[in-house]
Amino acid sequence: MRYLVPLAVFVLLVALLAVGLTLNPREVPSPLIDRPAPAFNLPQLHKPDLAFSTKDMQGQVWLLNVWASWCAACRDEHPLLVELAKQRTVPVIGLNYKDQPDAGKAWLKQFGDPYVLSVADAAGRVGIDYGVYGVPETFVIDRQGVIRYKQIGPVTVRSLDEKILPLVRTLQKQ
Amino acid sequence: MTSPPPMRLLQDQPLTGVRPQINASLKVVASIVLLIVSLSLAWAGEAVPTDQDPVRAQRAVRLAEQLRCLVCQNQTIADSNAPLAVDLRTQIREQITEGRTDGEIVQYMVQRYGDFVLYRPPFKATTALLWLGPALLLLIGAAVLARNLAVRRRRQAAAPLTDAESARARALLAGDGKKDRA
Repeated sequence: MRYLVPLAVFVLLVALLAVGLTLNPREVPSPLIDRPAPAFNLPQLHKPDLAFSTKDMQGQVWLLNVWASWCAACRDEHPLLVELAKQRTVPVIGLNYKDQPDAGKAWLKQFGDPYVLSVADAAGRVGIDYGVYGVPETFVIDRQGVIRYKQIGPVTVRSLDEKILPLVRTLQKQ
Repeated sequence: MTSPPPMRLLQDQPLTGVRPQINASLKVVASIVLLIVSLSLAWAGEAVPTDQDPVRAQRAVRLAEQLRCLVCQNQTIADSNAPLAVDLRTQIREQITEGRTDGEIVQYMVQRYGDFVLYRPPFKATTALLWLGPALLLLIGAAVLARNLAVRRRRQAAAPLTDAESARARALLAGDGKKDRA
């Protein structure tokens, strides 16, 4: 009994710390999940005269991928997005976040353009509306325009296979 | 690699009559520099942009100090120089100018980034342990302390000294206990 209590306290502490180690404090759960995606109307990156509005995607399941030419982690996920675009499973709209349009376009030319189209969020205001706090981020938006999932940081093979694509498929069946 | 400058330079200077003159001219130069600096400081003080009145600026700072920067998570938006923090500070200032209340601005941030942006998280089911935890630990500590004290008191009351023991204690206190020490 005399040793049991300290031992129990110790075990409890180790358990709590172990759980704490597996959590990622950088991943802040978004309050926007299961909420309507904030509407926006922004000029397109390649055709600045034309605007793109979230309404244009109404009735479709789509991905909104936040990217920038200055973002190093975007290069990691980019080949996966290009691959995804080839399979034509789901349309991906790019949100070119706080970038120079020319730099953005050059970047897409170099690494490939997986996007149906990209919009230029030069001031980062739409980014704020979407609670973006790091690039890249990817949102899964359903037919009704509701955000169903947010990938914080680069998309990986694992997150695509285990989370994003299964979710996209179920949403497309609805 | 450069060698350190020779330290004896000052000592090597010959003591001549030139020095007082140098001192005098140095003083003049120094006072001119001081004058320029203080003038420019005064000038800078007047030239601070006052696109907003100080009360509003104060409000913006106070709000920014309550909000956590999501990029460098242990800094407030007021402290951080991350681009996002700069943008959010601009947002706060704009919304104050638009006449929004503090509550509305905080609400705006929470809607986008969640309770995580608040340095003072609200009390809800998920944060109950956070808020009540310290008080709970204090209560547990107090209970353990009270129990231990009670046990000790009972033990003292239950075990008074026997006659022989108290006689020996008296002898020891009187300084007659040499053989015990050996």
